[in-house]
Formats: sequence, structure tokens, C-alpha cells
Amino acid sequence: MATFNLTINGESRQVDVDPSTPMLWVLRDHFKLVGTKFGCGIAQCGACTIHISDVAVRSCQLPVSAVGEQEITTIEGLSENGDHPVQKAWLEQDVPQCGYCQAGQIMSASALLKANPNPSDEEIDQAMDGNICRCGTYLRIKKAIKTASSTI
Amino acid sequence: MTLIKTSYGRRSFLKTSALASGGLVVGFSWLASCNPSTKDVAKMPKEWFEINGYLKIGDNGLATIMSPNPEIGQNVKTSMPMIVAEELDIDWDHVIVEQAPLNTAIFTRQLAGGSESIMHGWDGLRMAGATAREMLKQAAAQQWEVPISEVTTDRGIISHKATNRTMGYGEVASLAASLPVPKEVELKSYDEFKIIGNSTRNVDGLKLVTGKPLFGIDQYQEGMLIAMIVAPPAFGLKLKSYDDAKARSMPGVKDIFTINTYESVKGKSMFDVDAFPELIVVVGNTTWEVMQAKKAIEAQWEPFEDYQENFTGFSGQNIISQNVPAGRENSEDHYKIMEAMSLKASKIARKDGDPETAFKDAAKIIERSYTAPFLSHSTMEPMNFFADVTSDKAILSGPVQTPEFMEKSAAERLGLPLHKVELNMTRQGGGFGRRLYGHFVVEAGVISQKTKSPIKLIYTREDDMTFGTYRPAYHARYRAALDKDNNLVGFHVRAGGIPESPLFANRFPAGAVDNYLAETWDVPSNITVGAFRAPRSNFIAGVEQAFLDEVAEEAGKDPIDFRLELFERAKNNPVGESNDYDPNRYAGVLELAREKSGWGRESTEGVYRGVSAYYCHNSYVANILDMVIENDQPVVKKVYAIVDCGIVVNPIAAINMVEGGTVDGIGNAMYGGLVFKDGAPIQNNFDRYRLIRHKESPKEIEVHFVDNSEHPTGLGEPPFPPVMGALANALYKATGQRHYDQPFITNKKVIG
Ligand code: FES
Ligand code: FES
Repeated sequence: MATFNLTINGESRQVDVDPSTPMLWVLRDHFKLVGTKFGCGIAQCGACTIHISDVAVRSCQLPVSAVGEQEITTIEGLSENGDHPVQKAWLEQDVPQCGYCQAGQIMSASALLKANPNPSDEEIDQAMDGNICRCGTYLRIKKAIKTASSTI
Repeated sequence: MTLIKTSYGRRSFLKTSALASGGLVVGFSWLASCNPSTKDVAKMPKEWFEINGYLKIGDNGLATIMSPNPEIGQNVKTSMPMIVAEELDIDWDHVIVEQAPLNTAIFTRQLAGGSESIMHGWDGLRMAGATAREMLKQAAAQQWEVPISEVTTDRGIISHKATNRTMGYGEVASLAASLPVPKEVELKSYDEFKIIGNSTRNVDGLKLVTGKPLFGIDQYQEGMLIAMIVAPPAFGLKLKSYDDAKARSMPGVKDIFTINTYESVKGKSMFDVDAFPELIVVVGNTTWEVMQAKKAIEAQWEPFEDYQENFTGFSGQNIISQNVPAGRENSEDHYKIMEAMSLKASKIARKDGDPETAFKDAAKIIERSYTAPFLSHSTMEPMNFFADVTSDKAILSGPVQTPEFMEKSAAERLGLPLHKVELNMTRQGGGFGRRLYGHFVVEAGVISQKTKSPIKLIYTREDDMTFGTYRPAYHARYRAALDKDNNLVGFHVRAGGIPESPLFANRFPAGAVDNYLAETWDVPSNITVGAFRAPRSNFIAGVEQAFLDEVAEEAGKDPIDFRLELFERAKNNPVGESNDYDPNRYAGVLELAREKSGWGRESTEGVYRGVSAYYCHNSYVANILDMVIENDQPVVKKVYAIVDCGIVVNPIAAINMVEGGTVDGIGNAMYGGLVFKDGAPIQNNFDRYRLIRHKESPKEIEVHFVDNSEHPTGLGEPPFPPVMGALANALYKATGQRHYDQPFITNKKVIG
């Protein structure tokens, strides 16, 4: 057990856990931030995607001890009222089916647009390929990314 | 308008109350940590008046409408309340949707399966809305002292034209709630619909994109512990002994014990299928700690002997008896067994005319066989369930497609009367048939009872993928007989699987060929299987459509013309009885596909087209699939999906389902497959089990619905199977090779 001081969604938080605990479980079990989802645990599905200093990271493979002072953003902190351009585009395109993968998709998409506000189809495919949607909403995700891209 | 009687079968929803009483919103308040914004709260009425089990009206005119069925991503949580709102005649912006409690006395079929939520719900949902509207009109008429026949409604406003008076639903809700239920009510006609047929966005949309806790796995209750299981590592094995000394000493671990999930349960239903009845359970404080302890358990496993399992079927009447053989099975052997079975005469499921003679006298015989592997449902949200069981009651909550069945099983296993068990439905991170089999509900209940604590049971992805009720492995051998003029004079299908056959004996082309023979076989296995999105159709559709493509080619006919000729025959002079399709609607989607895709027009260089059409789960779908080859790999450029599912309730969501089914069909046919070695699947997570990804998705899907006013049918399953046929046929055009074995692409290159 060790104590970690973290900055999550702009707030400083403290947690006392084993250093190997992945951020995913720190968020879900300790901070009750359950918007970040568990899908595979081995960095293969993207359901657990969060931002570490604005970069999309799979939180299931990120031990809490590796975070240090970097800023963590989760789906809950992406915007105050669900009005981030990517969230708005997701609503406009009515993307979700079951919705379980969508927080991860949105986190990957928003990190992509932050780094590259006008991605090509290939760049979208490349950036999103680690996010599985079992329901097959890929086309709407791509449309929503383009919608968001046009409003940023 | 149509006048209907309000008594509807044995339904009693109009008199029974769904909720404890009128008054404030009840619901999963402990789950509702999705804090409503202050804006939302300000809009809330001071009082709600329950008109019937499906809806209540607030004093300010807002309506809360119950969504009766489990939401697994098929979007019924939006579309079912839309139907109620339509007949209630209220503005959709004034509707709040709540997940209904499990109460089949009111809501009848609260089950997500068979693509039947809308089809079965349609009449009851309309009646619930129409009855409420009638009562509101009645109340207004009483208050104004005018005849009800002079009172009209429009989007939540009641009017009396002659005296130029209006009032909102909220103003008479209290009076309406006290009125007797009318004997007859009017339903709107198709052309009066204002909400049905209009694209309405997902009612949970904002919560989903902001990460609110909607799913079973998100549940939390003060004092709750986390539970995980250790199951046998292979089918054919059971627990022998285990050593938990190390695990017990690990941080956060509360208890480790074994459970026998269905111990003492007498009448198991078909939804109680359970691969591993005896499990080791680890209970602890947090998920990560329990995961670590789980790995530290040293268990010994041993083979089990053959045994017999009995289940009651869906109706609760018939008994399905299943032989569970001993042994650790291998996919390699399965393929050999299936090939051998396909060469032996099997049980005849249907025979028309004289197929033997037809094949003997044929000018040409075409014979092909097809295979497909086991598939894992792999819902994005792994199996999980919450349970809080005390000595006199049980609260169970989470994602399950068969809540009514599982509530019964859990009650029996926990030794509680049914009314002491409350099962709440959360939003579900996918279903695909996997959550029809709710052993995890019972497991959660037993674990909570044993630990005397609220618990949340969570499967890891590995647990989820290796504890399957998989899609069976399938095989089909087809033969077609052509006469010298290239007419199809004989058709023979012999299909089977491990451990279930995919055959539908009465489906097309049965009814369209004079001499027809369908045979079925199955081989027992201890690998548990269950319904998987469009069961059986998810194999037989694609292979039948690929075979017909080859037959058309051999006959020198255009594949669409060839099918349409057969449908003409089935329309005008059908062979045999009980043909399980309407040839008019079937041909209809195919004709529309031809038109929309510009089939037959000079095709673009380098674009290869395949066609297919199928009918299952009460809807008709035709596909045209355009493929190109890029970097030696097939790329699906565009798919046309033409769908006849009757009235489309919510187009934007319906299109989503068709797109999703299409992507899923291509994904599973191209990449899906669970391979067994010594009883264990060699894939246990997404690094080796392949699901379709962004890059592999078709670049475009164009969806068209046949515009008609037929009773609505479902969309969860029908768009999934046929595209596999169109894919196979396009793949042939693109590569010059027919692909007979799924998945079409494993790691090998497809170009020969
Ligand atoms: S849960 Fe982290 S990538 Fe799947
Ligand atoms: S919406 Fe269900 S997994 Fe993506």
C-alpha cells in the first residue's frame, strides 16, 4: 500500500492502494468514477480510455504509480455539462447502441481532435482502431468525429 | 381511428398499479446517482398521477412513461415509450422515460430476445397510451360539462372547440386518475402518427456521453463487496480440490469458498444453461485485489463422467433432455466429425416430391459444403450482477435478457418466495443472446446469501469468454439438380452442428422447388451453447445464399433474376405447406435492392458485387455488397441494406440497428471464431479473439426501409445473417475463389 496524490478532472485526490493497481480500478472502485469502463483489462478494447495530459491512454494497463503529477481526465471531466464538441456530435449523430464502449470512443476521439483537429479518414481509422464497438457503430462514430471536427 | 376493446388477452395492466402508489417517482433511486441538473428538477411536477401501469401524468403536464423491456442496445428504451406517447398524444419533449420494474402481470413479455419487443409490445403499448388519453378527455369533459365526443386532444392539450376552451393534461390528471377504465378506446390510424416514424434520439444519450452510471457493472451500494469466480479451465473438467492459503492472506480478501450454483433447483429452464455449476468464489474489497487473489488460488481439476441434463422449454411445458458427454474436445476433431456426419443420411425434416429421381435424372448436379466455428458473444460489458440477499428478501439488479425467468430461478435457489425477490433491470452493455442465460444472477444471489453482504459479481473478460453459451459449430452440405434447360428441379440440404443443427426446413427455397429434401443432424458436446444473435440463421442464411449464387452461376443466370424466378414459383404455385416466408415481401426487398443499388448497370472498374436476401425473426432483408481490393486485402466499400420490418417506429435508431447488424455480420464471417483445444478455447480475450474494428468496418452502409403499414417487427437480428452471404459472393467476385469456411480471414491472405 502507498499513498498517491492525483489530479483527476482538475481536482486533487488522494488514494491509498497497492502501487500496481491500474488507474481503471482506482477510478471505478475508489473514486466511483465509473464512466471509464472495463472491457478486457489488457489494452485491447479501449473501453477504459482516459486522458493523461491530453493523450488517450488505456487505464487498465496504467498502474497508479506511473501517473505522477500528470493531469488525468475522465469522461466525467471532459466537459461540465456534456457540451464538449465531441459529446455534442455524439448526441447529434445518435451514435450509441448499447453505449458501453462509447465513453472510451469519445475519449479517444477527443484526444485525436485535440492533436489533429482535421483528421482524414485514414487518420481516424488509425486513431480509433484500438476501440472496439461490439454493436458496430463505427460509421456513426466516424461521422460524429467529422461533425465535431467541423465545429472545433 | 380504430376502436378497440381494452381487455387484451389476460392483460390486466389497466387496473393494476405498476408502482407502489401514485405520488413521487419511484425507481432505482440508489442507482440514480446520475444527479439530475437543477434545471431538470425545476421542470419536475409537484405531484404525479398514475393513470395506468405504463404512465403517470404530472400536475404540470409532464408524463413519465415506463419502458417495460430490458435495454440491450436495441433502443427499446426510446422506441417503446414512443409508442405509448403517440397514442397518449403528448409532445415527446414532455416525456420522461423510466425503466419499468419487473412485473409481467402488467408489462407481459419483459424479455429481450427473438427481436420481438416491438412486435409483441405494439398493441399493449398503444392501448396504454390510448386509454390514458381517453381518461384525460373524459375528465376534461366532466369538468367542462360537455359531451366527450366534442373534446379533442393535440400534443398534451385538450380542447373544446365550441366554447373555445383548452387545458393541459396536467390540469385534469388528478381527476383522470380516479376515473374508471373505459371499455373501448380509439387508436390512431397509421397516417395520424406524429411520433412514430419520426427519428427520436436515444433517451439515455446524454447520460451515455457523460459517463453516468447506467450499467450493471457501475452499481454501488454502501458496504458492497466485490465477488469473482474461478471456473474450470476447460469444458469436460470439474473442481477436484483447491488450496487458497496464499490467496486468503492477500490484502482486501474477505472470503473464499465454493458454490454450487443450481444446487437443489428442481425445474431448470432453458435459460439456466450453466457451463460450470461448481465454482470457487473470491470475495473482497476491491476489484483489483480480488483479481490478484483469484490468480493466487491453486486449484486441481478432474474430468467428469457423462451425464444427462433436463431443462424446461420456453413455454415451461416441454422438457429438453440433453446428453452431456465426458471428455476434452478439440475443434480439429469437430471438423472431422462434422464432415463425416454430412456424408451420412440423416433425419429427414422435410421432403417434397421425389428428390432421389430428380437428382438421378439431373443434367447437372452442384454440391458444396460449408462450415463455421463456435462464436463467443463477447458483449462489451462482461457478465456481472448485483445482489443483496438477507434472510427474508433478495434484491438482484443488473443486466439480464430474461429477468422473469431468472427471478424465478434465484427465488427457488435462495429459498425465498417469489414476491420476496426483486429483480431490477439496468442498461446492458450488449446482449446478443448471451444474457438470456442468467446463471450469473443466481451465482450473485448465492454469494450474497453466503457472505451476508451486498455483493457485485464481476467476470473478467477471460471468465466471460471461457464461460460461454456459444454459437454452435455448424456444417451444411447442399446439392442442387438442374435440368438440361438449367431449371432448378431438385434441392437438398443436410445440415447439422455441434451440438445443435442450424436447419430451418421450411425456409426458402423450400416451397419454390418441386423436389426438395432437408435433413438434420447433431452431435452432443459438453461445450455449452445458446442463442446467439439470429440463432441458426446466423449460419444457414449466409451459406444458403452463397450456394444459390453458385447454382445461379452454373445455370447461367443473373443471381437476382434466379432468386426472383424461384419466388414467382412460390407465389403462384407453392410446393408443400407451412412455408415459413411470404414470397411477395421477400421478392420485394430483393427488387428494391436491385433498384437502389443500380444492380446490372455497368459496374465500376475494380468494384465487386455480391447479393443476398433472407427472412428471419419476422423481417426481410436484402443486401448488395460492394468490395474492392486494396493492398491485397478485401475492403467492403459499401453495403446496401433493404429492410421490410413493417412500420418503422424510430428511423434513426432503426438505421443504427441495421448498420450494426451489417457490421457484425461482416465481422463474424470474416474474423470470428473460437477454437477449442483440450476442451479450452484458445482465445480468451480480444488479443486473440477477433472482433471487427474501425478499419475493417464497411466504409458506407445505405439503408432503405420498405414503406408499408404492416405490423412492426424487429431489427435486432434480421440485418445480421444475410450480409454474410453477400460478403461471400462479393469475395468470390473479387478473388475468383469461393470461400466455404468461416472465418474467411484468419491470419492467412485471402488472395490465392
Ligand atoms: S479495458 Fe482497457 S483496453 Fe480494454
Ligand atoms: S455501442 Fe455497444 S459496444 Fe459500442
